[in-house]
Amino acid sequence: MAETKVAQVEKKKEPLFGKKERKLLVDPLNDNNPITVQVLGICSALAVTSLVYPSLVMAISVIFVTAFSSLFTSMLRQYIPKSVRMIAQLVIIASLVTVVELSLKALNYPVYKQLSVYIGLIITNCIVMGRLEAFAMANKPWRSFLDGIGNGLGYGAILLIVGFTRELFGKGTLFAGSPLEWKIVGPSAEYLINTAGTGYMNNNLMVLPAAAMFVIGVIIWIQRSWNKKLIDVS
Amino acid sequence: MEYINIFIKSAFIENMVLAYFLGMCSYLAVSKSVKTAFGLGLAVIFVLGITIPINWVIDHYLLSENGLLGIDLTFLRLILFIAVIASMVQLVEMVVEKYSPALYAALGIFLPLITVNCAILGGSLFMVSREYSFGESVAFGLGGGFGWFLAIVAIAAIRERIRYSAIPAPLRGLGIAFILTGLMGIAFMSLMGIDPAAFVAGK
Repeated sequence: MAETKVAQVEKKKEPLFGKKERKLLVDPLNDNNPITVQVLGICSALAVTSLVYPSLVMAISVIFVTAFSSLFTSMLRQYIPKSVRMIAQLVIIASLVTVVELSLKALNYPVYKQLSVYIGLIITNCIVMGRLEAFAMANKPWRSFLDGIGNGLGYGAILLIVGFTRELFGKGTLFAGSPLEWKIVGPSAEYLINTAGTGYMNNNLMVLPAAAMFVIGVIIWIQRSWNKKLIDVS
Repeated sequence: MEYINIFIKSAFIENMVLAYFLGMCSYLAVSKSVKTAFGLGLAVIFVLGITIPINWVIDHYLLSENGLLGIDLTFLRLILFIAVIASMVQLVEMVVEKYSPALYAALGIFLPLITVNCAILGGSLFMVSREYSFGESVAFGLGGGFGWFLAIVAIAAIRERIRYSAIPAPLRGLGIAFILTGLMGIAFMSLMGIDPAAFVAGK
């Protein structure tokens, strides 16, 4: 009897999905974006964004890993000694990444080949580690789980914007390599906009990895001119 | 000769930062001054040069089917590699602290940070996927580290130079660093056509 009462009181204090919880999900999309504001997780992000489809797969994998590693770390946070916490966190992340890697290998081998070492590199993706250190080690499991999803989404959003821009201008298609391939701009009747004879050419710069840096630089520029409080004053 | 070949290739042509975007987080975060960038670069050369050969030994004698255990344990690769890296970084930190306090003070917090530098784990994974021999993996580790060192010192020097330039306010800091890195990547691409074998032979 006493136990149920305690449980009820606690439930009243913290609603399952209140304002704070929503903030955890929405904040990383703009004000606290992992890539453009926290500068985390750029390493494995840029090399996979030349096409939309691999970016989407990568984004989903990262959301999965951030969400569940935050959840598990937060559940174990009282049992992990401070001196070995890095290695304990890395083992949790590495096991989750192994799960993702093996499932992707079984389900979609071509994309697995395309992403190559970058799936394994989710382990050292600073977003995962950074969120565990900054949030999951000090918060309850449900909130940490939401924080993980929110940061994964913020990362995925940037990945998709970059992938979309690079594929559309670099190759004239969208979702190439997936069953849903769209042909947008190209020199034959198969494409939505037929450019045969107009002299239009795809921008080969966009296919190069360096273009990802330019696109993100411009995203940061746009975001900061619209959200003035993020401007670097130093 | 072959080893020099791999060293040059991994340092310049397949540069970790500018061609593969590995180790970007610390590359952007620690490149505000040349002095700290120099220290971090040295630490990365050191750790890459040590962990890649160690991981090669583990991969060949412990995890592979023809190894000592005779079972295919390659699915444990990620976990073991990262454990080796974390413990090596810890070890290197302790040794440096004991024998060279001056270097330890210079490197400061950058040593532990290296654990989560993607270039280190990425180097080990590339070593596996490119099927290097032991000697080649040593050359690859040192060359990759040297390339990373060059890239971070170069961007730090550029960022120090442009500190007082009239850059649009929203682009200042992070934004311009991204665009600069893109430009450096394009500059490094011009090295792509070089055949390292001919380069070494002096043709």
